[in-house]
Amino acid sequence: MVEFDWLFFFEVLIGGLLSGVMYSLVAIGFVLIYKTSGVLNFAQGAMLLFAALTFVSLVERAVPFALALAITFVLMVAIGIAIERVVLRPLTNRSPMTLFMATLGLSYIIEGAAQLIWGTQVHGLDLGIEDIPFDFGGIFISQFDLFAAAVAASMVVLLSIFFRYTRVGLAFRAVADDQFAALAIGLRLPWIWATVWAAAGLVALVAGLLWGARLGVQFSLSLVVLKALPVLVLGGFDSIPGAIVGGLLIGAAEKLAEVYIGEYVGGGIESWFAYVVALAFLLVHPSGLFGQKLVERV
Amino acid sequence: MTAIASEFSSSHRIPGWLPPVLLLGVAYLIVPFIGTSYLFEAILLPFLALSLAGVGLNILTGYAGQVSLGSAAFLAVGAFAAYNFNLRVEGLPLIGSIILAGLAAAAIGIVFGLPSLRLKGFYLAVSTLAAQFFVQWALTKFSWFSNDSASGVIDAPALSIAGIAFNGAVGRYLFSLTVVTLLTFLAYRLVSSQSGRNFIAVRDNETAARIIGVPVLKTKLLAFAISSFIIGVAGVLWAFAYLRTVEPAGFNLDRSFQILFIIIIGGLASIRGAFFGAALLVILPLALSRLGSFLLGDVFNSGVLDMSQRIVLGALIILFLILEPDGLVSLWDRIRKRSAAVFGRM
Repeated sequence: MVEFDWLFFFEVLIGGLLSGVMYSLVAIGFVLIYKTSGVLNFAQGAMLLFAALTFVSLVERAVPFALALAITFVLMVAIGIAIERVVLRPLTNRSPMTLFMATLGLSYIIEGAAQLIWGTQVHGLDLGIEDIPFDFGGIFISQFDLFAAAVAASMVVLLSIFFRYTRVGLAFRAVADDQFAALAIGLRLPWIWATVWAAAGLVALVAGLLWGARLGVQFSLSLVVLKALPVLVLGGFDSIPGAIVGGLLIGAAEKLAEVYIGEYVGGGIESWFAYVVALAFLLVHPSGLFGQKLVERV
Repeated sequence: MTAIASEFSSSHRIPGWLPPVLLLGVAYLIVPFIGTSYLFEAILLPFLALSLAGVGLNILTGYAGQVSLGSAAFLAVGAFAAYNFNLRVEGLPLIGSIILAGLAAAAIGIVFGLPSLRLKGFYLAVSTLAAQFFVQWALTKFSWFSNDSASGVIDAPALSIAGIAFNGAVGRYLFSLTVVTLLTFLAYRLVSSQSGRNFIAVRDNETAARIIGVPVLKTKLLAFAISSFIIGVAGVLWAFAYLRTVEPAGFNLDRSFQILFIIIIGGLASIRGAFFGAALLVILPLALSRLGSFLLGDVFNSGVLDMSQRIVLGALIILFLILEPDGLVSLWDRIRKRSAAVFGRM
């Protein structure tokens, strides 16, 4: 019998965990909006594409890095506010499914607009981080992956601090808990929603840059949303820790499956394996890893 | 999604069965003689296949309230199953292949409908994506499905039933029209039957449905099965009558969204809605490209067309959700009622 190659196993596992961090980063954008407004924002992937494409195009037009970042951020905030005004406000009190479908339409608009403005060619994005593998006692780890993981981790810490210790964060949590009670104590919902969408825009920007540097900035970037959905299903739509742990689990499971099972069925199972993992888990535990147990009242 | 199937109100002088019969008369007796081949190939054939898919999805999403983002998977299952039954079973008539293809799609539908027994809402919608990706993967990965054709693109067999060949655009149109009419009629009967009422009960309130004795789990799986059957047959029409080839690439996520958009724009929980929605979604790109090249000339290339199409489509979805949540059907009914009132006064 062939000796099981533990070193290789750990290399795959760590590679999977690190790519899982990238999934989590996208998933966090969803969670932010879902928590506060109950909307599953399918347009998150399109926002990510828009942010990355805008940033790259600006940099290619010789706009300095920091300025391009600032302009893109302002643009994302503006889009967030516009979405709240034009799409969400008229749809207040409609079923969550209706809102979901609206964000589906929104994703078509944003994707179309991004490519209509900036063109459809593939842009390279260089964040100045060299992708040299590190050697940790025989296990090779990509430097870029480590950087991405660090960024994601600091995003999570920042968001957690923001949610826990600031007035705005407190207001977010109040709205997430009970919209009517939040209204009753004088929180302005439209303003809060606009802020949340702007925050999601920021997450989209960061995720877009990291993913863009990885895959190149192009249309398929908006498809990372499809990678984030099983993460959300697994972690629960309303939990940031869930998004993190879910992302790690999915990332690791996907890579391990591709390496160890993939060869028996012809490979390419990454496109659906995550969904199967998430579904299998949900059949056992329907509210996800950290999702709130829903009590349904008639 | 709360509207119950809107039926023709009986207060009108026109009986309810008359408009569809008249429409069918025109479709069978007049259109084949005056239509150009462009009309058949670019508009009517995709329209018929997409309408049928819309009817199928509407049973699941509009009536039974289970949102599916994987319709294109069932189109693909239908198309590939029909192709393989036709290829591998000696002497099986085309009708047999089509029915078996529908049943195959229904079986796959039940499998991917199983999560609906435990999951609801978004969780279910996301889980139907599994069907989308798995089926597309399996069809591309295992070349057995496409009879080991090198390119993965295969020619569809000729349509013929009992020795009558449905060749040419008009023939394929009449074939599709007959299949769509038949299945739509059955779907219409279904939604006004006990099962149809059960669907609506489960959609509106699962707990209440259970209390009054609706077998919720059975009802959900039935909805998945019937919806997948219809979508599967629509897939056969799409591949055999419209495209004349069978390939996995055409049944992607965008196609699933297209079918979902058809029922949102047309009207959820309305059989007629699927036809309205499909008509709009087939004509919109054509009209947009005409309009674009007319207004902008050369600037309006296919890339720009593709993008502006996405934007218009997205905007339409949002507009309909905000202004006309019950879709084109309710818009149409309102216009008809108003015009009837105006004519009544004159």
